[in-house]
Amino acid sequence: MAKLDEQGSEMKSTKSKVIDIVVFVLLAIGAICMIFPLIYMVLSSFMTKNQILSANFSIIPEPWKFGKYAEVFQKGEFLRGIRNTMMVAVPVLIGGGFTSSLAAFSFSKLNFRGKNATFLALLATMMIPFAVVMIPQYVMFTKIGWTNSLLPLIIPGLFGNVSIIFFLRQNLTSISTSIAEAAKIDGCGYFKMYYSIFLPLMKGPLMTQLILWFMGIWNDYLAPTIFIQNDQWFTLQVVIRSFNSTYAVNSDYPLIMAASVISIIPTLLLFFFFQRFIIESMAVSGVKG
Amino acid sequence: MAEVKMKTKKKLSKAALREERWGRAFIAPPFIGFCLFMAFPIVFAFVASLSSWNGINGITDNFVGFRNYIQLFTDVKFWKVMGNTIIYMIGIPIGMILALVIAIGMNRKIKGIKILRTIYYIPVVSSLVAVSIVWMWVYNYDYGLLNSAIKAISGTHGPNWLGDEFWVKVAMIIFMVWKGLGTSIILYLSGLQTIPRDYYEAAKIDGANGLQLFRNITMPLVSPVTFYLLIMGLIGGFQVFVEIMVMVPKGGTNYSAATIVFYLYDKAFSNRQMGYGSAMAFLLCIIIFIVTAINFKCQDKWVKTID
Repeated sequence: MAKLDEQGSEMKSTKSKVIDIVVFVLLAIGAICMIFPLIYMVLSSFMTKNQILSANFSIIPEPWKFGKYAEVFQKGEFLRGIRNTMMVAVPVLIGGGFTSSLAAFSFSKLNFRGKNATFLALLATMMIPFAVVMIPQYVMFTKIGWTNSLLPLIIPGLFGNVSIIFFLRQNLTSISTSIAEAAKIDGCGYFKMYYSIFLPLMKGPLMTQLILWFMGIWNDYLAPTIFIQNDQWFTLQVVIRSFNSTYAVNSDYPLIMAASVISIIPTLLLFFFFQRFIIESMAVSGVKG
Repeated sequence: MAEVKMKTKKKLSKAALREERWGRAFIAPPFIGFCLFMAFPIVFAFVASLSSWNGINGITDNFVGFRNYIQLFTDVKFWKVMGNTIIYMIGIPIGMILALVIAIGMNRKIKGIKILRTIYYIPVVSSLVAVSIVWMWVYNYDYGLLNSAIKAISGTHGPNWLGDEFWVKVAMIIFMVWKGLGTSIILYLSGLQTIPRDYYEAAKIDGANGLQLFRNITMPLVSPVTFYLLIMGLIGGFQVFVEIMVMVPKGGTNYSAATIVFYLYDKAFSNRQMGYGSAMAFLLCIIIFIVTAINFKCQDKWVKTID
């Protein structure tokens, strides 16, 4: 669509400027189409039931009703859903972030037999569909009585995350091993080497990966819906989905939309704040991967 | 690991042994996690797939050999969901073409273009459940955004997006392209940015036109990104579940929207046919493995790198 032959010129010609404007307008129209369903979601959360279900379609709320948001928070299960999701996210990110970065350090800076074989085995798991392990996992968690708690969502995460290990390892290979060699000669302990040299060096990428992991936990639906049997422990996404079936019966769509809006806000905010890093790390995994 | 041990017969020094001990200790958590939550479940799934297990009775007492797999091949519903899953994959090339076109546009230095990039990416970070709920409403037959727009423009009533056996597939493909477009754009954009500018300039001096530049420079040099997107798209495409579960909870008219994982979930958790479900899951795993392997095999034929 955009003529690539214009790319080279530093000084922009008039022709190039016109193309710029056309490209921008086309991309802007595309962007409006992309965002429109979400804008519509926000707007309809301020509508009345009658307006949504009226034969005359409208986009602007008439009148504006802000009460649905308060109503969502008054539903105990919604706040409980947020609490449960956080109760999964916090230990997983701390524990899993630690184990993942420690393993990445070991895979890239330490020598031991069987290193590559183990790494490849871990890497291969990225290809394995969750569907194939979910039935056995479900049975395991039922047998040890975890389905009545958040443990099935927390414990596996504590062992680390393969894509984070992979990403951090890639990142560490660009750092010279001579630091590690020097530290070894100085008799620096291996854990201390990780903790005081390499952990600070991979702080940035680790933070980005943890943000992405948080988004994954926040948005996860399949695992919680299979493993969590007790609605006391439903995570946010499961609660939203159950709202969708419960309140659709009496067509309380504004309430459903308000709940959906709230569930999207945290990940959107994180994305806006850390956009540069998130996009960078995405690009790295795609181009190098 | 044992195999590697045998190969390296030379004695390690004391320091090297110490390093090895620590190195292994540091990777122990993910390794144990791999054994507990991946390796063991896969073996378990395979054994379970050979039985008529329902989650409560014993697996070994209900051993049926390969009967579940044979049954799968004659299961009309299974072929239907397989077909649906593959039809949804039409969205993969559509998404790639759209993304590449948009990325080429975004690769120009235009003020304010970054804001657009952000907007295209928003669906990617939004919760799949929440956006599925919104789209379910967009596709609503009577009051939905889409049909209201169609009515306003053409005066006729739009299709029954989620109720019709054909249109539900179109609806799902549109949704999936929408959800994933941002990722592909970002990846193509970073791929485009790695192409040295003098490639284009040299070709232009030789008299190449825009289309030739695209076909002979851009396409081959973003082929690693295309390859990555294809692999990820296929692996993900075989596992579509949540959007179906939310938008068409019953799997659609005559199961016209259901995917493999949807059917598998239905069998294993609603009907408690865990042996049968495991067989399906295991088959899915093998299919993904084969498709990915074929992709890597064919990689040399069309994936180029800059050097």
